[in-house]
Amino acid sequence: MTLPLDDKARAEFLTHAREIVARLEAADDEGFMAALDTLARTRETDLFNELGKLTRSLHETLTGFQLDSRISALAEKDIPDAKERLNYVITMTEQAANRTMDGIEEMLPLAETLGERAEKHATAWKRFRGREMPVDEFRELSRELDGFFEQASMDIQQLRGSLSDVLMAQDYQDLTGQIIRRVITMVQEVEEQLVELIRVAGKRLAPETTEEDAQLKEEDDNRRGVGPAVPGVDKGDVVSSQDEVDDLLSSLGF
Amino acid sequence: MKILIVDDFSTMRRIIKNLLRDLGFNNTVEADDGNTALPILKAGGIDFLVTDWNMPGMPGIDLLRAVRADEKLASLPVLLVTAEAKREQIVEAAQAGVNGYVVKPFTAETLKEKIEKIFERVEGGA
Repeated sequence: MTLPLDDKARAEFLTHAREIVARLEAADDEGFMAALDTLARTRETDLFNELGKLTRSLHETLTGFQLDSRISALAEKDIPDAKERLNYVITMTEQAANRTMDGIEEMLPLAETLGERAEKHATAWKRFRGREMPVDEFRELSRELDGFFEQASMDIQQLRGSLSDVLMAQDYQDLTGQIIRRVITMVQEVEEQLVELIRVAGKRLAPETTEEDAQLKEEDDNRRGVGPAVPGVDKGDVVSSQDEVDDLLSSLGF
Repeated sequence: MKILIVDDFSTMRRIIKNLLRDLGFNNTVEADDGNTALPILKAGGIDFLVTDWNMPGMPGIDLLRAVRADEKLASLPVLLVTAEAKREQIVEAAQAGVNGYVVKPFTAETLKEKIEKIFERVEGGA
């Protein structure tokens, strides 16, 4: 029951109370009991109304609480979690790039040396086939060729190893793709929760950004740089190839 | 020929460094944003600057402006190698005095072509 009583309730109770006193003084026992029942019923009705209000308010609070607790879980756990995941994506891609370049840096000098030696021996071999090579030099060449074949076989084995390492380093795409997808799901949930929160709040939380604000923000973003244009996300006046860059620059007199 | 490569990602610096080596430029130094690049430039001895745009600290466009505003560095050739692809940004870079603009992802040929063009022009103009 809401306390203090409002005027209407007070008047109603007073009427019933006076009735009770009057019946009692008049020794109208039956009338007294009936008036007492009426008073009790009035109080019960009030209680039911009040209980109804309480139930409704409890329900709303619980619904609100559910929303709040999900949002705070998102803010406290999921978003820091997503940041971690994205940092890990940077680490993984960095490792993959370095692993790939390690392999290439190992292979390039091997390939160069192999090529140079093959060329040198091919020239000598041609002279031998043209019968232009003295016997002593041929003996020397055979020894060198033996060494070259042995070395080449070892080098090629190393090349194979490095190549497969470069191949394996590309697994980052799959792994980071999965992580990023998970973050996208989380961002989607944050979006839904925010929309719900704004709906429940039923009013604007902050003054709308003006066109001027948006313009200033874009200018600042442009100055700082916005990173790679992502298809479907970044719209607007973006070039899509080096050719377009070149065309634009040449139109500026470059 | 000493070249300064500025990019916040070490992998991208490494790629550019490897490509430059293939082009016969073996003498390179690195910095990870404009703030670390400027002191290296001001110390002297750098003949060519290759820089990214989007970096924490000082972005490449600000570095370019700082270079053009510095009496000793004003004529240093600058190549932007960046994922920034908005037309207004390219125009902005051109107005700030960039010598070349390469959008990421790029090929070895594109980088080679732009660098050669810059040197042709620098030598032709000098």
